[in-house]
Amino acid sequence: MKKLLKRYASVIIAVFAFVAFILLFPAWRGKALNSIIFQAKTMLLVIPPIFILLGLLDVWVPREKMIKYMGPDSGLKGPVLAFLLGSFAAGPLYGAFPFAAILMKKGAGFMNILIFIGAWSTTKIPMLLFEISALGPRFALSRLAIDIVGIIIIAFAIKATLPKKEVERLYAEAALID
Amino acid sequence: MDTILLYVIAGAGLLVSVFKDPAKTMTALRKALKALEGILPQFLVVLALVAVTLAVLDTETISRFIGTGSGAWGVLGASLVGAITLIPGFVAFPAAAALLAGGAGATQIAAFVSSLMMVGVVTLPMEMKYFGKQAAILRNVLAFGFSLVAAVFVGWVVSL
Repeated sequence: MKKLLKRYASVIIAVFAFVAFILLFPAWRGKALNSIIFQAKTMLLVIPPIFILLGLLDVWVPREKMIKYMGPDSGLKGPVLAFLLGSFAAGPLYGAFPFAAILMKKGAGFMNILIFIGAWSTTKIPMLLFEISALGPRFALSRLAIDIVGIIIIAFAIKATLPKKEVERLYAEAALID
Repeated sequence: MDTILLYVIAGAGLLVSVFKDPAKTMTALRKALKALEGILPQFLVVLALVAVTLAVLDTETISRFIGTGSGAWGVLGASLVGAITLIPGFVAFPAAAALLAGGAGATQIAAFVSSLMMVGVVTLPMEMKYFGKQAAILRNVLAFGFSLVAAVFVGWVVSL
């Protein structure tokens, strides 16, 4: 019980802060309530399939396979696969984080994890089609091109800057996920 | 639309899994629930954060902000707005298209779109849960910096 309370302490604070916000700023009350309902609906809609896929991945993909295809020594296969996996994903970026944790647990390389996150954030195919129709092919495709470069640069930069100890700690945490 | 795709893939996967091994499938579902419970506190905090942010920065306010800001400050402002908001593409793209049609600069719009996609300030609690403070903040700072570069590039290509 105490543990549960501790885990949800930030939620309790957030709820109090939210209630205080809508009481203190009546002008924003309607919008805040509308937006929390809208976001909750989006999350409820997007969360089930992402977590089902994550569970299936955990159960069906053996660690050796993951290491072979997406491990640190998988050559060019790893980044390409990570990129495709992220690009064919759907849903907001926060869906990528728990998924990435399972990939880490299964032994995917850190560089590949970073590319997966980057791809999920900017190169999702369904969203791209929508972007082309709304903002035009020139805008959408040039943004896509430069963001692919960005994904790679950012992945290299994080890998180079983050201490090895911290990466090891993240992998140790991911390994604990049941 | 992309949510439907997600359901199709998850549904197909689940079907194949049940067919091959019902027991394993149950384990997968149990793992899914457990993973969801693991991130639930952060999810709920993010929900409250997003609601407040989007109440203050609604689409109209964002539009005014990006539509009028010009020059380097406009680009920086658009990037900042994109960084702290969380709007799905099917809402953001039409709004961005309307702004473009209304005369806003492509560079500003690109700055907004790029940082909206890559940077997630309000979702940091979730990112930090799996990636730690250091990596999460580093990724967001780098992505923010890069979205400015991307904006300049897209603005240039569109102007050609």
